[in-house]
Amino acid sequence: MTIPLTIISFSIAMVIGTITALVQFANVKVLKQIARFYIWIVRGTPLLVQLLVVFYGLPNLGIVIEPFPAAIIVFSINEGAYSAETIRGALESIPKGQMEAGYCVGMNFFQIMTRIVLPQAFRTAFPSLSNSLISMVKDTSLAANITVSEMLMVTQRIIARTYQPLVLYIEVGLIYLIFSTVLTIIQRKTEAYLNKRGSQR
Amino acid sequence: MIKVNNLSKSFDNLEVLKNFSFEVNKGDVIAILGPSGSGKTTLLRCMNFLEKADEGTIDFEGDLVDIKTVSNKKISEIRKRTGFVFQSFNLFLNKTALQNVIEGLIVARKMDKNEAEKIGKKMLDKVGLSDKYDYYPSQLSGGQQQRVAIARALACNPEIIYFDEPTSALDPETISEVLNVIKDLADEGMTMLIVTHEMNFAKNVSNRVLFIENGNIIKDTSTKDFFFANENERIQSFIKSLGENR
Repeated sequence: MTIPLTIISFSIAMVIGTITALVQFANVKVLKQIARFYIWIVRGTPLLVQLLVVFYGLPNLGIVIEPFPAAIIVFSINEGAYSAETIRGALESIPKGQMEAGYCVGMNFFQIMTRIVLPQAFRTAFPSLSNSLISMVKDTSLAANITVSEMLMVTQRIIARTYQPLVLYIEVGLIYLIFSTVLTIIQRKTEAYLNKRGSQR
Repeated sequence: MIKVNNLSKSFDNLEVLKNFSFEVNKGDVIAILGPSGSGKTTLLRCMNFLEKADEGTIDFEGDLVDIKTVSNKKISEIRKRTGFVFQSFNLFLNKTALQNVIEGLIVARKMDKNEAEKIGKKMLDKVGLSDKYDYYPSQLSGGQQQRVAIARALACNPEIIYFDEPTSALDPETISEVLNVIKDLADEGMTMLIVTHEMNFAKNVSNRVLFIENGNIIKDTSTKDFFFANENERIQSFIKSLGENR
């Protein structure tokens, strides 16, 4: 469950993060305030507390969500807030002249964003976002707390039968290490590829 | 062709443009001269709405625009009829030279990609970069980047091109390659407004000069009169001071 949980949550988080960053960058009234509020709440509270509120708390209001979807909701909303800040920072680092040049060849704001500014911003944000992805792989272990049978949960069950905590916990740690290593290698390769395409900054 | 009337612009309390009025005729190559901070760049930026002027009207061949009430749609219509070349090139960094030139055609004008590429290649050939189609801006010299930027402005088939200090960010060796391209355009009859500090270039290429100082048009005259028959002391000392600098 660790892998699908990470992939699905991170993909949704990217969408949330991009929209939240764009709303702030384009200075859309009201929406910008909502975005700031969302980021404030999510960054100001622990991920574990957010998981517990959604899974154990919301049923009090009659909202019952299965463990796996609950985990996806919390992880994507959580990571969305962090990546929104990363992407916003990257957007602001793009020289103003890129937008102006876009306007001067007759493009509108949306066209300039999707074709010129966002691709460059993602290039800038890429190392930070890779960082977040690697963090998330490991953070998914928190989902064990709301009965999602991801790697840590499964390990604990095996330990309960075999009484071998040291070996098994180290083993699960090694598996996380392998995942992270693979992601790190992918990050390096992708950056090298992007640089070759002349888009280094 | 273009009539600017009472264009004014202030930044906070600083009046950068005071009631600017002048006309541009088809085929004019107007050099906008004046000391730094006199409002030359702001004038160009206001004419293309990169900077919103406080008041005034601009008449684009019968298309009268009031700065205060102009809609975004109108602004984009007018921008599609004009080209702009920046001091710092502002090429799209994530696009190749050819992609830079055709971006406005395929995105803003919805032109077929093959047709756009044909035009794009023709424009790059025209500025002498037929061997650089697939180079990214970071792989090109300043002079080459600025020539791509000129090709990008040309591709949209503009009625007028604004040049904002097109050579100020260039190495001395590459200045002439850009100036030659602009001179060729002048010979072909392209209408251009050029903010520049290159006095010799202004003297040789422009047919009119706007001399600006402290937000006022001090002189709007033919190039010949400006350089050779000028009784204005301020302008004489300006020409002389630039002469001494090089």
